[in-house]
Amino acid sequence: MPQQKTKRIKTTITVNGETREVEIEVPDIEAAWGDPRNMRWLGKRIPRVEGADKVTGRAKYTYDIQLPGMLYGKILRSPYPHARIRSIDASRAQRLPGVKAVITDLTREVKYVGEEVAAVAAVSEQVARDALKLIRVEYEPLPFVVTPETAREPSAPRVHGGQNVSGGNPRERGDVDSAFRRSDVVVHEATYSVPARSHCCLEPHGLVCQWQGDKLVAWASTQGIFSVRDELAGALGIPASNVRVICEHMGGGFGSKFGARSEGVICARLAKHAGAPVKLMLEREEEQLATGYGPGVTAKVKIAATRDGQLIAWESESYGSGGVGGGSGIPLPYIYPVPNVRTRHYDIATNTGASAALRAPGHPQASFIMESAMDDLAHKLGMDPLEFRLKNDPNPVRQAEYRLGAERIGWHRRNRVAGQAPGVVKRGLGVASAIWGGGGGAGSRPTVRIDPDGSVEVRLGTQDLGTGTRTYVAAIVAEELGLDIRQVKALIGDTDYGYSGASGGSTTTASVAPAVKMAAMAAKERLVAVVSQHLQANPADIVLADGKLTARGGSEKSLTWQQACALLGKEGIEVQGEWNANLQGSGVAGCQFAEVEVDTETGKVRVVKIVAIQDCGLVLNRLAVESQIYGGVTQGLAMALYEQRLFDEQTGRMLNANLEEYKLPGSLDMPDVEAIVYDNPTGKVSGMGEPPVIPTAAAIGNAVFNAIGKRIHSLPITPAKVLQALGKV
Amino acid sequence: MKAFAYHQPRTVADAVRLLSQRGTMAIAGGQDILGAMKDGLFEPEHLVNLKSLPGLGDIKETSTGLQIGALVTLSDIAEHPVIRRDYTALAEAAEAVATLQIRNVGTIGGNLCQRPRCWYFRDPHVHCLKKGGDQCYAVRGDNRYHAIISPGPCYIVHPSDCAPALIALGAKVTIAGAKGTRTVALKHFFQMPDKNLKGENVLQPGEVVTQITVPKPKAGTRSTYLKVREKDSFDWALVSAAVVLQMQGEICRAATVVLGGVAPVPYDSASAAKMLVGKPVTVQTATAAGKAAVEQATPLEHNAYKVPLAAAVVKRAVLAAARGVRE
Ligand SMILES: Cc1cc2nc3c(=O)[nH]c(=O)nc-3n(C[C@H](O)[C@H](O)[C@H](O)COP(=O)(O)OP(=O)(O)OC[C@H]3O[C@@H](n4cnc5c(N)ncnc54)[C@H](O)[C@@H]3O)c2cc1C
Ligand code: SF4
Repeated sequence: MPQQKTKRIKTTITVNGETREVEIEVPDIEAAWGDPRNMRWLGKRIPRVEGADKVTGRAKYTYDIQLPGMLYGKILRSPYPHARIRSIDASRAQRLPGVKAVITDLTREVKYVGEEVAAVAAVSEQVARDALKLIRVEYEPLPFVVTPETAREPSAPRVHGGQNVSGGNPRERGDVDSAFRRSDVVVHEATYSVPARSHCCLEPHGLVCQWQGDKLVAWASTQGIFSVRDELAGALGIPASNVRVICEHMGGGFGSKFGARSEGVICARLAKHAGAPVKLMLEREEEQLATGYGPGVTAKVKIAATRDGQLIAWESESYGSGGVGGGSGIPLPYIYPVPNVRTRHYDIATNTGASAALRAPGHPQASFIMESAMDDLAHKLGMDPLEFRLKNDPNPVRQAEYRLGAERIGWHRRNRVAGQAPGVVKRGLGVASAIWGGGGGAGSRPTVRIDPDGSVEVRLGTQDLGTGTRTYVAAIVAEELGLDIRQVKALIGDTDYGYSGASGGSTTTASVAPAVKMAAMAAKERLVAVVSQHLQANPADIVLADGKLTARGGSEKSLTWQQACALLGKEGIEVQGEWNANLQGSGVAGCQFAEVEVDTETGKVRVVKIVAIQDCGLVLNRLAVESQIYGGVTQGLAMALYEQRLFDEQTGRMLNANLEEYKLPGSLDMPDVEAIVYDNPTGKVSGMGEPPVIPTAAAIGNAVFNAIGKRIHSLPITPAKVLQALGKV
Repeated sequence: MKAFAYHQPRTVADAVRLLSQRGTMAIAGGQDILGAMKDGLFEPEHLVNLKSLPGLGDIKETSTGLQIGALVTLSDIAEHPVIRRDYTALAEAAEAVATLQIRNVGTIGGNLCQRPRCWYFRDPHVHCLKKGGDQCYAVRGDNRYHAIISPGPCYIVHPSDCAPALIALGAKVTIAGAKGTRTVALKHFFQMPDKNLKGENVLQPGEVVTQITVPKPKAGTRSTYLKVREKDSFDWALVSAAVVLQMQGEICRAATVVLGGVAPVPYDSASAAKMLVGKPVTVQTATAAGKAAVEQATPLEHNAYKVPLAAAVVKRAVLAAARGVRE
């Protein structure tokens, strides 16, 4: 038997939102995407295939699932940040007409406001809500702490019994102390911080569960249908093969929708108890309290460069809080290589919900801290911030992107000296960068099926978070078979289709696209074998394009797609594909430039323009990549100017568990955004859903500094902070 | 939301009779009260729909001014050509409220009678002073959006955008109650928390606002409403100012300056007005008016930024109003 060729590659993997770089051994099978210039679909602007369904309301989201006899589930949540549950009396709820199931065995101690205490299923949402009010819970309130600053104090109440503070192991390379002591360096020290931010998915978390005997079907709003399946099976003690999970469309997850989560298990249990299907969708307040958030981080930073602008040393001590669970670590120093580094990070437990991965976990925080420090140091060095980056960033793609971005934003218009803009309303420009893996991994098992009547179907148990997965799955097959994209039916979002991993860490495209390409190639090979015999041509000479199969270089005879498929037996063609490492790449680069106006009398910042540049290797769908850039910039702007989770130390409650005081930008707050997809001729596909969110806030913060000459050290940049920095308060 | 009985009275007298009973609340556009009911903040047993009352949905021009029915929507006010021209501050204030969707449904009566947005007040699990509890959580808590001018013991800011504009324009409200109707200057409609802790205005149980009357501005009058908020796609004011100037040539003959976002009531600053009357409007006098407007301010721990902000907003509003003067 010939030995299969293998090779080792570096790629990123994501487990429940934690993204790691790993080296793996993979089969080395020759395959290539080909020249993008010759492609009809890939790399072009392809409107998403389900777009019309979405805008007309035909698309069925989890909330739209209606089943005969379906009940509605609701969860009773703790009003206390920390309490022991002495007793739960649900007898009155149980007796309320219309109540079909009650669960009270969820926990004996609650550790944050919003933690699950009990649940009911009833014939309507209203009856379910009324039933919750009838559940009598006797709480014994316990001491609590909701901010990391207070939780750090030795006398603070303990969240889990042990120390609130963990971590703090130094990570060190080089000789940090002597680097800072060198006589030819300029040193800058400051503290920067980013608050905790909620995901605010447009569609809340939730699912519909239906039992069929000992089998469970769950419709879920999720980033991972297979991870929901596995978690449900594990929690319910049934085989994974008894659980089917469906997610046809979903309205955003951003890292908060990986597993079944507690509401998923509760929903399945309620459905079992009630003997009827149950729909359990969370409300906005529950979304804010109990579905995760990106942790806040504060970092005390010391950074040094030689007088000619070469980064030489970095030291940081940082802390953050993942609440009752979940880490808060961030990658520091970020992006720009520093030879001498010492970092220390502390995780601090607080009585707030557990943090979760949030679009590029840790990176936007690291970006704001690093890029602010970079600009402050550049200012001290008397150096142009862009020149400082060009000098310290070895990445050739970003080098090109910086130059392109500088031209698009008009970098020459920046204030040479920060704060020297004239007038009451001051303009400024800023820049910051992004880095990401974007590689994929093995496991996806797509099936491509061609029927004798010419119909084509591709099936895969992946899911479309709104990033456009379904569209490129169809486009890859259409490209390979020379068809119109409308001739390919892409079926995804069901665990009855072949396995595919969860969508996180921007790994979906680089995991799914190569496997789909391989399946399409295999299907094409089978079809060509049949057609070449019929046309008496060499298989290598058969070209598939424009719905025809043509024998090139000889007879030039051709068959229409329909005629060709008619040659197939009844069984048609049905082939699977496997991931191929040669079709995917890892390591994408981006940068963003911001132009702002700061009103020095009101303190208000208006973002005038963002130029956002991002590479992702070979582009599959230009429209979808642009759309990811717009989305990332919007979230980044929200982080820069508006978002923060606020907790009250007196009551332990979240002050803004809504979308009124938890502020998000609307259309009037959005600037002109120029999204530039940087075509990086790697010939390989990489993911890019996360990186466009990374540098926006930092670029805006740096633009504000350029405008007013004052650093706002913590996000969000509110009028209050600007007026304070200007010495007006 | 807790179940309630719904009433659709046909006459103001019926509405008043219904509303005089305990556990009863009025609903107009519902943009404030429905959210509060869903959150469990209010749980009325009876809800009385004011929208079933005839005749309260019109804007009438008379020889002495405007009569605005309590059910007129904010969109109708914002788009009304005469209001835009002669009562500009009111049109601009109505337009600065919330979102277009909310303005299409929300009424002027509801806007004046809406409840405070203090986050402790809005949390049904927090029993603060205003709700009959024993402490104001804003004093030691997060008071970034609270009042910089208040006699205590409560530090809300009144959330209405229309109220400062209407007060600056000299509006009166007509109130119907069990004993008939009464008319109150809007300025005296609102009450500080040392007078009325549980409510924000003079309405007694059973009373409803039926009409707002705005006197015709004197010749040479020009007004404006300026609102600064953290974001522009719907947000409450950090600070706002309604300024009405009556000009004679270069000289300001009369002025009213009413601030939003700084006090538990729309804050009518006579000292700011005094800086303007009898003088030409210049950057200097406008700045002086801004300074005077906040001279009584005693900010809390986290809202001192509102002091320079209010001064700036008043200055700008004065200058903007003066620029727009038509002879
Ligand atoms: C997201 C959001 C943003 C908002 N932003 C702003 C803003 O920026 N500026 C602003 O000013 N407002 C804002 N609001 C509040 C909203 O605009 C006002 O509450 C609206 O004008 C209320 O009118 P309504 O008719 O819907 O009142 P309703 O909700 O029907 O009633 C409000 C209150 O007034 C009482 N009431 C109503 N009419 C009368 C009457 N005629 N007589 C006596 N009592 C009465 C009701 O009993 C109730 O207590 C916002 C609201 C939301 C939800
Ligand atoms: S400001 Fe008023 S409403 Fe707010 S907590 Fe204090 S007493 Fe309650």
